[in-house]
Formats: sequence, structure tokens, C-alpha cells
Amino acid sequence: MINRYSLSVLIVLLFVGTLLAQEDFPSVPNPPKLVNDYTNSLSSGEIFSLENKLVAYNDSTSTQVTIVMIRSVGQYDISDYAFQLGEKWGIGQSKLDNGVLILAAMEDRKVFIATGYGMEGVLPDVLAKRIVDQLIVPNFKMEAYYKGLDKATDMIFKLASGEYEAEKVTSTGEHGGAIVFFLIFIFIFVILPMLKNRKDNDNHMGGKGGGIDLFTTIMLANMLKGGGRGKFGDFSSGRGGFGGGGGFGGFGGGSFGGGGAGGSW
Amino acid sequence: MKKALIPILIIAVVGIFMYTKAVGVYNMFVQNEETINGQWAEVQTQYQRRADLIPNLVSTVKGYADFEQETLTGVIEARAKATSINIDANDLSPDKIAQFQQAQDQLSGALSRLLVTVEKYPDLKANQNFLDLQAQLEGTENRIAVARRNFNQSVQAYNSDLRKFPNNLFAGWYGFETKGYFEAAAGAENAPTVQF
Repeated sequence: MINRYSLSVLIVLLFVGTLLAQEDFPSVPNPPKLVNDYTNSLSSGEIFSLENKLVAYNDSTSTQVTIVMIRSVGQYDISDYAFQLGEKWGIGQSKLDNGVLILAAMEDRKVFIATGYGMEGVLPDVLAKRIVDQLIVPNFKMEAYYKGLDKATDMIFKLASGEYEAEKVTSTGEHGGAIVFFLIFIFIFVILPMLKNRKDNDNHMGGKGGGIDLFTTIMLANMLKGGGRGKFGDFSSGRGGFGGGGGFGGFGGGSFGGGGAGGSW
Repeated sequence: MKKALIPILIIAVVGIFMYTKAVGVYNMFVQNEETINGQWAEVQTQYQRRADLIPNLVSTVKGYADFEQETLTGVIEARAKATSINIDANDLSPDKIAQFQQAQDQLSGALSRLLVTVEKYPDLKANQNFLDLQAQLEGTENRIAVARRNFNQSVQAYNSDLRKFPNNLFAGWYGFETKGYFEAAAGAENAPTVQF
């Protein structure tokens, strides 16, 4: 009895544990956004103008500067939370690692600028620290959140200017490959059986369509699904998929190695 | 003729299966080991970076005549001890890692005592040179944390692969051994509550 009891307690604990672990980090915003305010500290107009600014910068340089405002980081160090969140969302391009995450924990009154590997050169910790101390903290103290973030992102743009350029046509090759595969499969599984069927039409299976059996259909369906995931998902604007009309295309899978600096207000 | 053929065939099939399995497992471990070696190099690089920052820090702080000598010598000694322990990537045994971690943690302790003492010196705290050094030091600590986490994750995956059946048999033949990793600091296992 005791064994069974302790076992069920253990199971419940494990379950709760995984629930907590899952809830520590917000999932990637869908549709993807560069300005994520979970605390309503910014007005919708302010979010719109920041988002536009950051998306335009992403479009021209592929550098992804992301703002996330949450209420509290709990027991985490804000730096640790920022790196894990940046890594999880994949901010920045996967090969360049040119992501910057400005994380603000509003109730903790802490802010941190995390730089991806590729941004550590243009935005070293000392400069990140100065941006926090001189641009973000004074404004946040006066609850001028928009002004602080606006100035901080301007400064980051200035420091990072000329470091990276957006690649326009990264996706064509893979796209074409997917279509060729698709056509080959259609040819093998649809057209060939049809041709075969036309010659041999008295197969007692109900006409021309009879050549495609259930197995082939399932295989074809699987191929389609696999193709969609593997090939079309590989654009440089990756994980987030396709953004709607002119918006932000999604995070690219950048990595964070512990660069950046923070402060509190 | 035919009767002799069947056992030979079975032996051949089993042999081929064993061979491919053994090769596959071996290659997997080699690859994982290389990943871990790379991550270990990153861990050491970041610790080295911290050690390299310390002389600057010490000389900046020394300028303040009445600064407590005891804390300074504590940092210098801990640094000397920490830099004397270098572990070859081919020998990442749990003992060695624990030894390395202990020396580095001692240096972390000495450093944080130094930074606490600094609070008593408002002039020093306002010194731009010192502030920059402090930002670099914090950044290095963050990089150490990330490098250690990546290393730990790889080692834990490697160790659990190593102990699973039938990998443990193959690993025994080839001489792969479990590797050590960094233990979490006391209290780090508390469940965090995050609100977003």
C-alpha cells in the first residue's frame, strides 16, 4: 500500500515538475513578433512603432533585435533566463547567430540585453552595460518604457551598422529541390499506375482509378507531409514559418553563448 | 550441401548485423566524444578568460591605498590555484572535473568577496575602468554558466547512452568511460516560479 501511495505521489510530482518546466518559458509567438509585451507596459501604438522599426532592421540586415517584457523571472538569474529564452526561440540567423534579446522583468525591476555569439563583437558586454545603465534604466525609473527601449534599440542599430546584410534569395535552391522530388513522386505513384492501367483496363477493379491502392495513397500522403516539413521549413526565416504580409518572418535559430549585460532600476 | 548452407547463412547474417551495430555504436560515441571535447574547450576558454581579467581587476583595485590586502591576496592565491589545474580533454573523469570545479569555485568565492568589499569604496565604485572590468567579469561568469550547461547536457546524454544496453557491452570493448560533469550549486534545484 505504502509503495503504491509513494509511487502515485512520485508520478504526480513528476507531472507537476514537467508542467512547471514547460511554463518557465513562453512559447515562440505565433505569428512571430519581435516585440513581445506580456505585461501591458507598452501601449499598442508604441508596440506597433517598435515592431515596425525592428522588422525593418531585420529585413535590411537579418539582425534580429527582440524585445520581451515579462512580469518575473522567478528564481532564475535574469541573464540565464535571457540566454535560455533566446536559444529556445532561436533569435538571430542560425549561421550568423546575430540575435539580440532585450529582456525586461517588470516586477523584478530587472533588465538584461543578451547578445548572440555573432553580436558579441559589435556589442561587447561593456557597451551593453552602458546601454542598460545610461539609456534603459534612467527611462524605466520614470516608467518611460517606450523611450528607454526606443533609445536602446537605436543605439544597438548604430553600433551594429554594417556588420551583417540580409540574404535575399537563400530559399530558391531548396524550394526547387522540393518541387522536383514532388514531381518525381507524382510521376511514380500517379502517372505510372495510370498509364499501366490504361493498357490493362479489364482489371475488374472499377475502372481507371483502380491502380492506386490504399498503401500507395498513404505513402503519397506521407511524402507530401514530409516534404512540407523538411524542405519548406528550411528557409532562413525558419521556425516561425511564413509571416503575414510584410510582417516579421520568424526567428532563424540563432544561438546565445552568454554575452550581454544587465541592470536593475 | 543445402544443410550446411543454412547455418553458414545465419552466422553470416548475425555477423554482419553485429558488425554494423558495433561500428555504428563506435562512431556514435566518437562523435559524441568530439562534441564534448569541443564544449570542454569552451568551458576552459571561458574560465581562462576570467583568470586573464583578474590581474587588471587587482591592479585597478590596488590603486585605492587602504584597500583590504587580505581580500586581494585571497583572489590572487585562488587564481594561481585555479590556473594550475588544467584537464586534458581526453581525461574528463568525474574526479578530475570535481577537482577542477572545486578550484574554480574557490576563485568565484574569493572574487565575490572582493566585489562585496568594493561596496565600501564609493570612489572605486564610480571608477569607469572598474565598472567596465566588472561588466566584463559578469559577462565572463555568464559565458561560463552557458558553457558549463552545454557541456553538462552533452555529458549527461553521453553517459546515459553509455550505460544503456547493448551500448554498455560495446563501450566496454572499446574502452569508453563515463565522464564527469559540473554539479549544480547547492539550492539550485529549487523549483522556480516564472510569470510572463
